[in-house]
Amino acid sequence: MAGQVTALASARSSSAASRSVIEAKGTGMEFPGPVVALDDATFNIRQGEFVSLIGPSGCGKSTLLRLVSGLITPTSGQLSVFGTPVSGPRAEIGMMFQKPTLLDWKSVLHNVLLPKTLGAGVTRADREKAVELLQLVGLGGFEVAFPRQLSGGMQQRVALARLLNTGAEILLLDEPFGALDEFTRERLNLELLRIQRDLKATILFVTHNIQEAVFLADRVFVMTPRPGRLEATIEVPMERPRTIEMTKTPEFNELVFNIRDTLGGFI
Amino acid sequence: MSDSISDIPMGDAKPKRVPVWAQHLIVFVAFISIWELSVRNEWVSALILPSPFAVVAAWWELAIELGLIWEHFFVTLTEVLLGFTFGAGFGLSVAVISALNPMFRRLVSPYMVALQVTPRIAVAPIIVAWLGFGMEPKIAIAAIICFFPIFINSLTGLMNVDEESLEMFQSMRASRWQIFRHLQLPGAAPIIMAGFKTGISLALIGAIVGEFVSASVGLGVLIQKFSFQLLLPQAFACLIMLTVMGLLLYTAASFADRHVVFWRHSDLLQKISRKLRARHADILDPAPKAQPAE
Repeated sequence: MAGQVTALASARSSSAASRSVIEAKGTGMEFPGPVVALDDATFNIRQGEFVSLIGPSGCGKSTLLRLVSGLITPTSGQLSVFGTPVSGPRAEIGMMFQKPTLLDWKSVLHNVLLPKTLGAGVTRADREKAVELLQLVGLGGFEVAFPRQLSGGMQQRVALARLLNTGAEILLLDEPFGALDEFTRERLNLELLRIQRDLKATILFVTHNIQEAVFLADRVFVMTPRPGRLEATIEVPMERPRTIEMTKTPEFNELVFNIRDTLGGFI
Repeated sequence: MSDSISDIPMGDAKPKRVPVWAQHLIVFVAFISIWELSVRNEWVSALILPSPFAVVAAWWELAIELGLIWEHFFVTLTEVLLGFTFGAGFGLSVAVISALNPMFRRLVSPYMVALQVTPRIAVAPIIVAWLGFGMEPKIAIAAIICFFPIFINSLTGLMNVDEESLEMFQSMRASRWQIFRHLQLPGAAPIIMAGFKTGISLALIGAIVGEFVSASVGLGVLIQKFSFQLLLPQAFACLIMLTVMGLLLYTAASFADRHVVFWRHSDLLQKISRKLRARHADILDPAPKAQPAE
């Protein structure tokens, strides 16, 4: 598998039309215990790329996400975003979680406005933009509703609109649709791809669903536990825009089986 | 009422339900009747348990004819309200400082535990010795008694922050104050308000205890005086005034709870949504189409 990673690395440098925005070199994270949550990860992520992180529990995928976000700092190696080492949360990076983490006491509109509330303050233009973002995620007409009045899928749409309202160019998504039913999840995945195409955002997407990982990504980072390692990087050469029909093709299934084999010994 | 119950056919026809208020009325009337009967038939001595009619007559005399009960009522009510204000203000403040400052929390917690395990009623005579015989010692005792549940509830609520919501705020580079203002404090509001509801009832207990120890006005004083003179109908009349006061205070606290923690009540949410739509009419669609997205 290591051979595959280097082969891909050279393939990337040849198509260096887009610059790399996240660079990790021997990045490691050890928590007191000691627990090696992430061991010696080296990778580059290009601007506008969609990368899925997949692996069983304890493989360090959430740790990797939090390292990139700047919520935690690596205990070894280097990690830089836009060419500068990560030392804390930045405006260019936004996060979304499995739970919607909405504020029950704020309306949908004011939840979406939260990044502005925490920033310079809310202007009329901000409010207009929030309304537009809600339309973008399919929640036009729900501006003055409250989180408790919405279904789980709609709450995650609000969280997505709020994330987009941070203006972040790098979106870190930690199993964002993991708690939703299959149909809602599929629909939100398609919408996420549409939004990414429009905004040209770079996305790191944590999931433990292999089909989902392959369907969404340009590349899949396969991770394995104890210690958390980046085991393999698998390129997904399918064209965009992706459609549900593509999940029936032999290439798609071959990629899924390939990843399952890599994970096989660890699940 | 009993007719409508016996009228219910046992067959397949729909049974007519007795309305809830009527059920309460039946129980209340039954309770009062049994009480009255047991006194009239001398199952209990009227010296020990006055009949309901005697209590009502005593209340009428004290509240309407002589009108002397009101002064005591309002003195006690003032003591409770001021005691609660100080106890709640202090309890919430100490909880906020403890939540924001781990060092302060560590240093202060042994004293909080000591305060909790000491029967706070026992400090009443000491406080009276310090503050004299006016309203001040009663206010202080009410404050001390209601302080603890408000402090502990507020601290629990403030410390119990959802981990992912916290990360979300941090990833948006929120300041410590913004996290407190927009996440911690509103998130703790339901449990803080529950503490207030417990606290208001405890403040009433504190004020009465203070009056028992030493006072010249207040419902606690009246109850004690009438009981010593074996004027039990009058003592019961005062007790009923205390029940009324307790109910008023609890209703007020529940009302405040409902409006502070409005997001747990769908009827209030609908009202607020309407207001928000009016306020932001300039940026929202004139004719909102509210079809569900899923």
